[in-house]
Amino acid sequence: MNTATKLDWKTLCSQNDLVPFSGVAAKLDEAQIALFYLPGEEESLFAVCNHDPVSSANVIARGLIGDVNGEPVVASPLYKQHYALKSGLCLEDESLQLRTFPVRINGDHVEVLNA
Amino acid sequence: MSKQKLVVIGNGMVGHHYLESLVESGFAEQYEITVFCEEPRLAYDRVHLSAYFDGSSADDLAMGTPALYDSWGLNVLIGEKAVEIDRKNKTVTATNGDVLNYDKLVLSTGSYPFVPPVPGHERENCLVYRTIEDLEAIEAAAKGSKVGVVVGGGLLGLEAAKALRDLGLETHVVEFAPRLMAVQLDEDGGQLLRNKIEGLGVKVHTNKNTQLIDEGETAKHCMNFADGKKLETDLILFSAGIRPQDELARQSGLEIGERGGIVVNNHCQTSDENIYAIGECALWNNRIFGLVAPGYTMAKTAVSHMLGGTEEFTGADMSTKLKLLGVDVGSIGDAHGMTPGAISYKYSDDNTASYKRIIVSEDKKTLIGAVLVGDCEQYDTLLQYALNGIELPEHPESLILPALDGSSAPALGPDALPDTATICSCLNVTKGQICCSIDDGATDVGMVKDATKAASGCGGCAALVKSVVDCELEKRGVEVNTDICEHFPHTREEIYHIIRVEGIRSFHELIGKHGKGLGCDICKPAVGNMLASCWNEHIMDEKHVSLQDTNDTFMANMQKNGTYSIVPRIAGGEITPDKLIVLGQVAKKYNLYTKITGGQRVDLFGAQLHELPLIWEELIAAGFETGHAYGKSLRTVKSCVGSTWCRYGVKDSAGTAINLENRYKGLRSPHKIKFAVSGCTRECAEAQSKDIGVIATENGWNLYVCGNGGMKPRHADLFATDLDDETLIKYIDRVLMFYIKTGDRLQRTSVWMDNLEGGLDYLRDVVINDTLGIAEELEKQMAHVVDTYECEWKATLNDEEKLKRFRTFVNEDGGDPQIVNIIERDQIRPA
Ligand code: SRM
Ligand SMILES: Cc1cc2nc3c(=O)[nH]c(=O)nc-3n(C[C@H](O)[C@H](O)[C@H](O)COP(=O)(O)OP(=O)(O)OC[C@H]3O[C@@H](n4cnc5c(N)ncnc54)[C@H](O)[C@@H]3O)c2cc1C
Ligand code: SF4
Ligand code: FES
Repeated sequence: MNTATKLDWKTLCSQNDLVPFSGVAAKLDEAQIALFYLPGEEESLFAVCNHDPVSSANVIARGLIGDVNGEPVVASPLYKQHYALKSGLCLEDESLQLRTFPVRINGDHVEVLNA
Repeated sequence: MSKQKLVVIGNGMVGHHYLESLVESGFAEQYEITVFCEEPRLAYDRVHLSAYFDGSSADDLAMGTPALYDSWGLNVLIGEKAVEIDRKNKTVTATNGDVLNYDKLVLSTGSYPFVPPVPGHERENCLVYRTIEDLEAIEAAAKGSKVGVVVGGGLLGLEAAKALRDLGLETHVVEFAPRLMAVQLDEDGGQLLRNKIEGLGVKVHTNKNTQLIDEGETAKHCMNFADGKKLETDLILFSAGIRPQDELARQSGLEIGERGGIVVNNHCQTSDENIYAIGECALWNNRIFGLVAPGYTMAKTAVSHMLGGTEEFTGADMSTKLKLLGVDVGSIGDAHGMTPGAISYKYSDDNTASYKRIIVSEDKKTLIGAVLVGDCEQYDTLLQYALNGIELPEHPESLILPALDGSSAPALGPDALPDTATICSCLNVTKGQICCSIDDGATDVGMVKDATKAASGCGGCAALVKSVVDCELEKRGVEVNTDICEHFPHTREEIYHIIRVEGIRSFHELIGKHGKGLGCDICKPAVGNMLASCWNEHIMDEKHVSLQDTNDTFMANMQKNGTYSIVPRIAGGEITPDKLIVLGQVAKKYNLYTKITGGQRVDLFGAQLHELPLIWEELIAAGFETGHAYGKSLRTVKSCVGSTWCRYGVKDSAGTAINLENRYKGLRSPHKIKFAVSGCTRECAEAQSKDIGVIATENGWNLYVCGNGGMKPRHADLFATDLDDETLIKYIDRVLMFYIKTGDRLQRTSVWMDNLEGGLDYLRDVVINDTLGIAEELEKQMAHVVDTYECEWKATLNDEEKLKRFRTFVNEDGGDPQIVNIIERDQIRPA
């Protein structure tokens, strides 16, 4: 029953590629992932899909970070919808959700789990 | 059922208001309406006629447009005078011989200036002051003149005197009575006004009866007075009162007053029940009302009566508050104390050159009149006491005496006003109506103004409207939450103040001390912007970088497909051929779409994030700088070619535009700021639609402020005239820094001005008269921004850390393969 060893953590970049309280984009094969880094917060690293479902452009990583009632969010840079970083859910339109990825810092590496 | 025929003769301010009220009533469609408009244009704002000399055009003054009248379904005969009314057959004849039938007829023919029948009054350059054509004639006559005389020292005469003075003439006012504004002022008030006006270089001659105008020796004319004295002048302006235009009514046998005027009853009906008369041609209770507000009330009354309503005209308040040649003058009710038993209190102060008098009833309970010269601060309060019969305080004099022990004079809080109190007399809006609009959902001053039209006339009531609205909202427990967002319990202005006072330099520090949470896309860019306004550090400094919206972060505007546009600064729209070539070469090399913008520069579209530094490197090498198209900051200073090339230009508008653009480039503000500079009044640069507009005159620069294109266009207000270069910059420095200090987040200067308590006059006070004592500080703050300017792109290119941000992917070179373009009209565009 030990499946943990089979988990496929992939290294995306090094820790100092991250920008505190902001986002960067990284490629994972053909997919694009937006990484957000909030040093000092309880949960400090988030990975969501970089694709903005409203504009269909790959721009989520370039959105502004903030919180709505304490919940960390990113605001899409084009039409300003807010997505919860933990769940990927859109606060303005519940039919919209960004895919989220498990993410961790391993040594100097930023890794995501490609499930 | 065939429509009733309605004919309206005269399309002045009141005639226009009648039509507007009829359309608003929703019943206009029941009538087939024809309007006779004798002047060569539709109704315009005669009250602000003098603005024509300050650079306003006929279009600015226009109240209605042909398109609007068209949409109202009216048939307007522009330039057509009605010459005959046949009451028996119910017809009106036009100059061209056409005969129209009517069922109802409205006379709104206004009045004409009275010219005393002095021999010689018909000589050349003897003019009047009533229409745009009159002003054009005055302007033309002033060109070859040195001296100008206004005959008549009333309200209009003094306004005309200002116009002559501004046209550069040596100006005299000749008055028959022993004092100026004899109707509105008492002797002491008139004397003080005279002193003040003479101090401004206008010569006043009272007790002068002109008997003959003949050939002058040193000037065109010589005026001969009854006392044997003479006055030589090139131009004479008659402003000796108005006479009702009642010619048609006389001809058709309607009842006319002894001294003219079409007699009307409380419904504004004339002696013929199918004919109404409204405005300055109408005589009610043996009185003519020479102000626009009573005319508007008459217009509404006539509409109401025609539609079966019950409104009545029962006289009007003739109180006035004005700035004449820069002197504040106010007159309320019985200014001469003619009421039997009236008691009056006077206070005159040579030191501040002000005079105040109130006249109260015998029992000292009600205010019946007032005269104010030199200081009108108490006008609003006094007027409310008078109009609403509010009981006076025990010592009525306390209303006009200066506050000696620091306690200010008892101002009348908005709460003390009854619902019937008229708050806006131009549009006849009561406190009750304002309260209704709030009950109907209005939650701020702007919405109340939209709903009630209050403060859309002379604007004099704006401050009172605001205080009533604020007070009523508070009473209803509407907590007007002005916090910027959930992370800060403060307004933008408060945050700005905190940053300045505490010298805060980062968002982190600010939110730690004064807010909570992570911030959001509202407070972060706003704070980033304020930090930049205050300290002018690079917006991509590590501590600021997470604050900005993507556009500011990457110093380019994101387009719908995630690519960016690049707008280099082209100050004043002036560019060398070499630089133009570089723009073309760079665009070609990086396959960018190019377009000339509405701001006189070139926009290059379609660059990916990682291409931005490469492109900027080439642009900077060619001498370009960032154009801040992404920032809430100075955009462009549009210019016309001006005197260097244009045959009409009187000053170097392009040069000045370039100087201004270079001075204020990079300045961060609550919203973007746009300027323009035109080389003459033809205004090819459209300066009057900009936040800051500058127009060259023969004598310097006219400065306009707070204009806007965009969603809700607003004409800029004329702020100051004939400035030299140095004063121009000084005023702009102060206006902009005051805006930065007090403007709300994402509030353009236009909306800021509309919400600024005290409006344009207040801004002038702060900027020109330095009433807040902050002018020097504002200039210093601006100097800091100007001195610390650097091109953000240039600084970025020199900084490896910052450049790291410009990677489309942190783990792969190159761009986003999912961005696809197609070709249209020989250039790329997003697929
Ligand atoms: C490029 C340009 C249109 C063009 O192809 O000509 C343009 C493009 C944009 N305008 Fe504009 N405006 C442009 C001239 C204008 C003008 C005309 C002018 O400046 O003389 C106006 C009306 C004048 C005014 O502002 O008073 C104008 C009124 C607006 C408004 C409405 C502002 C308002 O107060 O109502 C917005 C929206 C806003 O700012 O909130 C806007 C916003 C925008 C944005 C930034 C929209 C956006 O967020 O993506 C556009 C993106 C620019 C880009 O990607 O580079 N743009 N925009 C013009 C750039 C001028 C320049 O050289 O900088
Ligand atoms: C320089 C100036 C400053 C003023 N300042 C103020 C102020 O600060 N506050 C204030 O309340 N008032 C002020 N007034 C007065 C105000 O302008 C008038 O009260 C107002 O314009 C009267 O409107 P009305 O429609 O009755 O007349 P008008 O505006 O005079 O309109 C009458 C129109 O009817 C036309 N007409 C006449 N006969 C015929 C015909 N037979 N056929 C067709 N058309 C005809 C005339 O040509 C004219 O266009 C000022 C006036 C002037 C001139
Ligand atoms: S505004 Fe005047 S100076 Fe400028 S281009 Fe137009 S006409 Fe010439
Ligand atoms: S009193 Fe003139 S606009 Fe209100």
